[in-house]
Amino acid sequence: MKKILGIFLCLILLVGCVKRQQDPNTITFWHWMTDRHESFQKLAQKYEAETGIKVRVDLYAPSDAYTQRIVASAQARVLPDIFGILDKKEIFASFIESGFVADLTEYFKADGGQWESSLFSKALDVNSFKEGNIYNIKPGIYGVPIDVTNIQMLYNKKLLQKAGINNPPKTFDEFLVAIKALKQIGVPGFVSGWGELWMADCFASNYAFNIMGEEKVIATYRGEVPYTDPDWIKVFNVFKTLNANGAFYEGIVTKPNKEAEQDFALERVAFAFNGSWCVNVYHGMNPDLEYGAMLPPAINPDLPVRIWGGAGASFVVNDSSLRKQKAVDFLKWLTAKDQQEFIAEETKNLPANRRALSSIPEILSEFARGGDYTTHPTIWEYNENPLVSEKFTKGLQSIIIGEKTPEQVAAEVQEIKQREIKKDAQKMLTK
Amino acid sequence: MMSLIKTKTAAFYNIKNNVENYLFIVPAVAIFTIFYIFPFIDIFNLSLHEWNGISLTRKFVGLQNFKELFQDEVWWKSFGNACYITLIALTFQNALAFALALACDREIRMKQFYRIVFFLPPVLSEVVVGLIWRWILNPGMQNGEYYGLLNYVLHHLGLDQLINNWLSDPKTALTCIAVVHSWKGFGWGFIMLLAGLQTIDRQLYEAAKVDGANSWNTFRHVTVPMMIPVILVVVILTVLGSMQVFVLIISMVGQGLVDYTEVPVTRILAAMMGTNRFGYACAMGVNFGLVLILISLTMKKVSDRMKQA
Repeated sequence: MKKILGIFLCLILLVGCVKRQQDPNTITFWHWMTDRHESFQKLAQKYEAETGIKVRVDLYAPSDAYTQRIVASAQARVLPDIFGILDKKEIFASFIESGFVADLTEYFKADGGQWESSLFSKALDVNSFKEGNIYNIKPGIYGVPIDVTNIQMLYNKKLLQKAGINNPPKTFDEFLVAIKALKQIGVPGFVSGWGELWMADCFASNYAFNIMGEEKVIATYRGEVPYTDPDWIKVFNVFKTLNANGAFYEGIVTKPNKEAEQDFALERVAFAFNGSWCVNVYHGMNPDLEYGAMLPPAINPDLPVRIWGGAGASFVVNDSSLRKQKAVDFLKWLTAKDQQEFIAEETKNLPANRRALSSIPEILSEFARGGDYTTHPTIWEYNENPLVSEKFTKGLQSIIIGEKTPEQVAAEVQEIKQREIKKDAQKMLTK
Repeated sequence: MMSLIKTKTAAFYNIKNNVENYLFIVPAVAIFTIFYIFPFIDIFNLSLHEWNGISLTRKFVGLQNFKELFQDEVWWKSFGNACYITLIALTFQNALAFALALACDREIRMKQFYRIVFFLPPVLSEVVVGLIWRWILNPGMQNGEYYGLLNYVLHHLGLDQLINNWLSDPKTALTCIAVVHSWKGFGWGFIMLLAGLQTIDRQLYEAAKVDGANSWNTFRHVTVPMMIPVILVVVILTVLGSMQVFVLIISMVGQGLVDYTEVPVTRILAAMMGTNRFGYACAMGVNFGLVLILISLTMKKVSDRMKQA
């Protein structure tokens, strides 16, 4: 009996150690989008019926857990055929440099660039590396966007009307007037999921672009303009002013976006700051919600407010995959007009294929109009050091809870910036 | 000749026995080496490098990460926060667990029901507990009514001056987390302490009663001394569990309230996933691990002394 048990255990160990032979006709596709999982599965079935190629769609949510899984799989060299990189451009570059991501340029350029021209160029930009990029990556397109997104402000039409506001505010002063009017009827002003720090960073970045323009923002990241510059103080002051006027909904600094979405969908608050993915979320929470999308109200009339946007969800192909061609074919099929219309209709997201725009609901069209103002850290020539960004966003929290002034926060962020500049200089010297 | 054969046979069996013994422990040693010793060595090795977690090349930086860590104010503040949560757990959580275990050890009605109810929080997922408490502590209002349970109750009790923005106020955020952590964790202590109480010989209580001891004296001179080994185990588990709390924090305050809700594990996670500094995160892990080992050793020494006394 013992011998049989021993042999059985050894067999289990051996089977576990043998590398699994994968079916050459099965593509593995890992994603993180709970709301789109069912649609992906339906599309995978359709693809199998059309081509005989099976697509195994695996969901790993939420996005943080997905990112960790992708990093761990890269370290263990067990990445799937198709996956997404939800990280900074620098990390995207590392994936490419390490040979985990295939260069898709030739596929996009084939047939006179048909595939490339079918997709929104801003969505492709996020997945591209330009000539002379600071990461020294060979110029090209490395990812496939399956939808586009942008982050804007949303307003509740009924609540605004109740407060006697007929049009959504266009300037920051008009916004403050609206907040006061809403306050008088007992409606809180503004909510967002700033418990997820990147969203607060995104809001601040919108105003940084509006107050000082892109060139000065990027110059700050390069270390040429200090955070103590009056323009940056103005950016920090946006948060102070909103706080002083009681614009922020209670608990905004630690609020997860899901809860902020609930607050807006259930009409507890008049304005929200959220991405175009919210259309599907709000529809699920309150199908009767009447709302519109607007750009964040401008402070400086001479410069445009730039919003974050571009590709929503993008996928890359594993360069070492034996099914690379099949994976590319599937992504090409997924971004074709019919499939894009299906995704847009089922998940209420903006399609990446420009020809699929005709069938989207009105609120998504409003988001789409904001597309002209989009920018994104992944397309900037230089990104801020993550440690400085961390201090910056924590500083925003300090201003919102009223424990620090914009000047104090600016000084603290600049201190970290200088420390990091010094470190970089030392690294250059040792090189 | 015969004795030589006998000696050789004995030596052979001796070696055979030894080899057999070693063979038996090989699986355990192999598993321990692969899953415990090797990762620890690898983590220490990584802590001496600068690495973003993806790149194929790692740059050796020696003890630079540790040097930076010792100057990292937020890291040490996160230690302080973890110690605060541990202190609340050690006092509030364990006192509550002990009190309830004592109550359930007596002949009271619906004893089984209480046992089940008190053991419910630990079996719930930390994410679920965090989300439930987010709702309880929610400061929001709709149509003039608080919809967070705590503020709602305070308002209806006429205690409006106590209404607060619990999780976004630096004065209360960490305490709220510590209290929820204690609420979630007291069930473990309760079960262990109850099991300990039930092993105490009932004759000791009867003897104490015969000797004229009142309830307090019985508790002080019979229950507590007999419970010391169990209490020490509960204390060690509470310290180790509380120092490593983080899922609850993330589900209650997201990425945190400035540095007020940071604990070592959230800092390690931030270094690893937020700023992609795997080497630095490993240095944090090594440092944190050593501190926990130190705490465990100190507590073992204290426990040995108490047992001897």
